[in-house]
Amino acid sequence: MYRRQARATGVAGAVIIALAFSGCAVGTGGAAGSDEADYDSEAELGGELSVMGFSGVDEVATSRVEYAEAELGDVDVKLIEGDLDIQQFLSAVASGEPPELLYADRDQIGSLAARGAIIPLERCIDGEGIDMSEFRESAVGQVTLDGEVYGIPEFNQVQVTMANADLLAAAGLSIDAVNGSDRNAMTQANLALMKSDGGSLSVIGVDPKMPEFLPLWVAGADGSLLSDDGRTAMLDSQEAVDALTWAVDLYDAQGGFSAVKAFRDSADFFGEGNQFATNALGAMPMEQWYINVLNEVSPDAPLAFDTVRTTAGEPIAFAGGSAWAIPSGTENAAAACRWAKAMTSLDAWQLAAEARLATREGEGKPFTGILTGNSVADEQIREMITSGGEPWDAGVEAMYEANDHTVSWPASPADAEFEQAMQDAVNSVLNGEASPEEALADAQETAQQALDEGWEKLESREQ
Amino acid sequence: MTGTEVRVDSAHIARRTVTPEERERGRRRASRRNLRSALLFLSPWIVGFVVFTAWPMIYSAYLSLTDYDVINIPEFVGLANYAEMLNDPKLLLALQNTVFFTAVQVPLYIIVSLVLALLLDRAGRSSSFFRTVFFLPKMTPPVAVGVLFLLLFNGQNGLLNTVLGWFGIDGPAWTTDPAWVKPGLILMSLWTIGASVIILLAALRNVPEMLYESAKLDGAGFWRTSMSVTLPMISPALFFIIIVNTIAGLQTFDEAYTAFFGAGNTTYSNDAALFYVIYLFQQAFEFLHMGYASAMAWGLFLVIMVITAVQLIVSRRFVYYEGDR
Repeated sequence: MYRRQARATGVAGAVIIALAFSGCAVGTGGAAGSDEADYDSEAELGGELSVMGFSGVDEVATSRVEYAEAELGDVDVKLIEGDLDIQQFLSAVASGEPPELLYADRDQIGSLAARGAIIPLERCIDGEGIDMSEFRESAVGQVTLDGEVYGIPEFNQVQVTMANADLLAAAGLSIDAVNGSDRNAMTQANLALMKSDGGSLSVIGVDPKMPEFLPLWVAGADGSLLSDDGRTAMLDSQEAVDALTWAVDLYDAQGGFSAVKAFRDSADFFGEGNQFATNALGAMPMEQWYINVLNEVSPDAPLAFDTVRTTAGEPIAFAGGSAWAIPSGTENAAAACRWAKAMTSLDAWQLAAEARLATREGEGKPFTGILTGNSVADEQIREMITSGGEPWDAGVEAMYEANDHTVSWPASPADAEFEQAMQDAVNSVLNGEASPEEALADAQETAQQALDEGWEKLESREQ
Repeated sequence: MTGTEVRVDSAHIARRTVTPEERERGRRRASRRNLRSALLFLSPWIVGFVVFTAWPMIYSAYLSLTDYDVINIPEFVGLANYAEMLNDPKLLLALQNTVFFTAVQVPLYIIVSLVLALLLDRAGRSSSFFRTVFFLPKMTPPVAVGVLFLLLFNGQNGLLNTVLGWFGIDGPAWTTDPAWVKPGLILMSLWTIGASVIILLAALRNVPEMLYESAKLDGAGFWRTSMSVTLPMISPALFFIIIVNTIAGLQTFDEAYTAFFGAGNTTYSNDAALFYVIYLFQQAFEFLHMGYASAMAWGLFLVIMVITAVQLIVSRRFVYYEGDR
């Protein structure tokens, strides 16, 4: 009798567990990426719109949010506070209750799209009449997977060369020696600019900002780490090996990356004690937003600016930035699409620029512009910038020039694995654990395997 | 019915012997009652355990047999994830880092907390003040400790190297030199030593004074007294701390992730700090390989079980419980 009971209990337990697994194993199950919404720029919209990942609280954000809310009419907008938490987002999608709209880095779009977490936006773009020709090609490329657009680009980030003019002058150098156009000259400049007291670094000569800027240096030599179709890794290309070898040599000449990194980390990066204000850094490439930071905290710092340049002397920048995407299974895709359109429209950017201009004027500071993924908006805003005198005007000039010469990677289904493989390779070289050739060859294998698996899965889902 | 009849019936009942079957039935009824009461009182914990621990464990065991990216329906792949683990060089590196960290950190943690507890035990009235001082850092959130680590251990101008400099020692680059990253993290882990100190202090205070007096009468010195009286008497507390810290060491994540893989260090990382759970987290939430991450979690569970079992077996020889013969 007991045995019968135990058997029955066991069977019941197995049934419950099986049912639970099938209930728990929530997935979009092939429905991922499907889009039934009606997109019409003339339609009156209602319902709710929850936005995840957008936590902008400055005037550039709030002015556009007000504009977008007005464009949406009766839609009840809820901004979920905080930056994008990918776990939170995936849990929401997996549980069948995704937010209506997602604000993410453009380099996250490919992975999310490949897994069906976000929907393609062709119907949204057509229905709302979003003019994609206004957007920068490099920005659109980053949100395009397998020929389909999955995001509406928003801000843009580019790198410019930033240098300490006093240190350059003392070494008899100009900004041309540290902008990447002549790497041998940059190696020499590094030796001329760096200083160490008793074996301890006191001035960093040139910081090529590894590992994050390897793609930039590779692009500067007319190379790329990923093919245009996002399917083939090129991490072991000659351009990559050369760029990494050169950058590591810059660090080695200063006592190794470990010493430079420790010194770099000791600086008050966002404060008055930053490396330029304290004459502790000769030159480095850095994203354009840092110009504003420097102008804010150390307006008298002896800075010099230029674009980063290719080995042929042309301006170059590796674009990054954000984008709006619509999650699969959202209940109000029409409102999400309208929001994405409104937030990236010329009118919204105009309002944002006016708000920023007013704020800066109130502080007695120059308005140095805003970089967006929309080239028309960029030109519109560029006309509003105010002079801060030199060297700041040169910095803004370099920023806009760089913005007109951006390159990027296409979206791929293995964005995260690819970037991780690249970073692991660079870090292992920086940490003295492998040679550039070895590290990049290993990374090539890892990245290619991830890309192959990603594309294979994506294509099997599409069938 | 008369009163007499009632008395006769009562007498009859009083004289009636209870059969073994009835006694057994009564015992079962009482036992069932007790069980029901116990379950009722335990039910909040049981529900919590089932919902938040047992079920997730069972479900992760299932997921470990699938290819699951959190978005799409899990696809059954059998033991493929486990097979992949055996050929994953990064996993091996993470495991080596974790085992090294634990093997060095746990003994150091025990020695330092025991020394501090012994000092506190002799500190007299000021011991309560120092107890509080030692315990306060434990209240610091691990993420903050990770950030603190980068500041205090900076090779260029960190407080630790500044102090070492006073003694003419040129401190290493704790946060950037691969050879010194793990030792730095091990030292930083001592930040939270307060809880162990307090447990050991309580154990020390529970050692009967007469044992020390007997040892003194027998002519035992400090060392002999420590080895023959103090350590055996506090061995259960020591064993508890060893087990708990071993498990915590093998699961270490927060500080290292914050310092080397988190928001403050999104691109530069140091493989010397790649611990098992950090790699597991990357697989789960960065690469969305939830099936593989689940297999990794079960791998770690197995490792912890084996190590804990070994510790338990060894403990029979070295741990003395009052009441043991």
